[in-house]
Amino acid sequence: MRAVITVIGHDKIGIIYEVSRILAENNINILDITQTIMQDMFTMIMLVSTEKCSKSFKEISDTLAALGETLGLSIRIQHEDIFNSMHRI
Amino acid sequence: MLNSLEIMETIKMIAEEHLDIRTVTMGISLMSCAGSDGEAVSQKVYDTITRRAEKLVKTAEELETELGIPIINKRISVTPASLVLGGSSNPDDFVTLAKALDRAADTTGVNFIGGYSALVHKGMTTGDATLIASIPEALAVTERVCSSVNVGSTRAGINMDAVALMGRMIKETAERTKDRDGFGCAKLVVFCNAVEDNPFMAGAFCGIGEPDTVINVGVSGPGVVKCALEQVKGADFGIVADTVKKTAFKITRMGQLVAQEASRRLNVPFGIVDLSLAPTPAVGDSVAYILEEMGLERCGTHGTTAALALLNDAVKKGGVMASSYVGGLSGAFIPVSEDAGMIAAAQAGALSLDKLEAMTCVCSVGLDMICVPGDTSAQTLSAIIADEAAIGMINNKTTAVRLIPAPGKTVGDIVEFGGLLGTGPVMPVNNFKSDDFIARGGRIPAPIHSLRN
Repeated sequence: MRAVITVIGHDKIGIIYEVSRILAENNINILDITQTIMQDMFTMIMLVSTEKCSKSFKEISDTLAALGETLGLSIRIQHEDIFNSMHRI
Repeated sequence: MLNSLEIMETIKMIAEEHLDIRTVTMGISLMSCAGSDGEAVSQKVYDTITRRAEKLVKTAEELETELGIPIINKRISVTPASLVLGGSSNPDDFVTLAKALDRAADTTGVNFIGGYSALVHKGMTTGDATLIASIPEALAVTERVCSSVNVGSTRAGINMDAVALMGRMIKETAERTKDRDGFGCAKLVVFCNAVEDNPFMAGAFCGIGEPDTVINVGVSGPGVVKCALEQVKGADFGIVADTVKKTAFKITRMGQLVAQEASRRLNVPFGIVDLSLAPTPAVGDSVAYILEEMGLERCGTHGTTAALALLNDAVKKGGVMASSYVGGLSGAFIPVSEDAGMIAAAQAGALSLDKLEAMTCVCSVGLDMICVPGDTSAQTLSAIIADEAAIGMINNKTTAVRLIPAPGKTVGDIVEFGGLLGTGPVMPVNNFKSDDFIARGGRIPAPIHSLRN
């Protein structure tokens, strides 16, 4: 499954490192990554593949959300279909 | 490839503008359980529902997690109970069935189950009459069972005997649940031109033209529409309509995706997506605020009907291309107690019952979740139902009445239902009587435009 990870919050050192570390530990491959500052907020969007990940989507989602809480950021993972459905005919 | 702005737009809609899927509703036909023995039918009904809907809640929760969009309600609609237990003339049998439906709702984890219903637009069978007589008791002794009665249609006219009866049943239901301010009435809808695939409560039932099991989805998103309109302040109505259309398209795509996925995972046919903009009492999730964003000082003032007509039409135009099958009620809902802006407008004296009636001519349903004084007579309730049914009959659309004559409450009091059902300010009704009108009985004949063949 391909999923989109969004990380939103105040910029700080090591965000990409921390997120990618969890992804690597869980065999989640990063396919694309963009990062920008939108309205003073650090915004990172990753397209990932969860095919080789052995954990359930809920476990990964909870792990990332917990990391987000530790870093004071909002981290979401969502199936890419939700974005494709809304923005592509 | 998706761009960052598109992704962030979706995230913002969900995180800040209350975009959600209002309900995934599984329609279940109970025709295979039909009979006349209350106990036997009830057991069959319980077994059928709990078997077919076993995975409904779990699947919807998985979709919520994977897609990252809240699915607020998981619900079940069933074949009108008067058909399932049509052979019985004992109201206790029907109450037994209502309790079985309630237990099935509890076991499957859904928050409401609809279909304690009868379709009596032309006349009543023994089963219909018995079911209707049992409604006050059934709604008082169950938590999650919702009831609806269809009293009119464009093809058949209006069954005024049923209209008179429903006024009395609403009063009795309020009385039976007076310890909760007449809460039972929040689970009871009187329809004209009821639809068979409505996913929304309290009026959902699984029509006789439906398959064994079916998935219907209702979307939401008034907050998203309001935020989109904030970006076009002062622009002309062409731009307003276009903005609503584009937003409705995006909202409906979410419903389509969830309906498709739920249907695939549950191996149940995809019925319809209902395009309705359904508000909640949460601030920022209000249909009234959309109308006010168009330039009205308060919802209910002059211009409100025109604003709602534009909104209702643009929602349909935007939504219809976003889904393969559109159905249900599809339009804009205006339930008073469930909409922060409607509550405020009613309290400020801007919104009256008469204006709400006018608004129902151009939106998707009717007089919904309106608290009226506890001493409102059954005949007056019936007359309000008759007016609303007449609007539906003549305009070839669904209309509904869900009134709560809150026992002991008078104009200006507030009724707290809690949760999605919200808070209702008690609104005044016309104090002149309609008793002799309701006492006539019989049927109002179908209108001339029913003769289409």
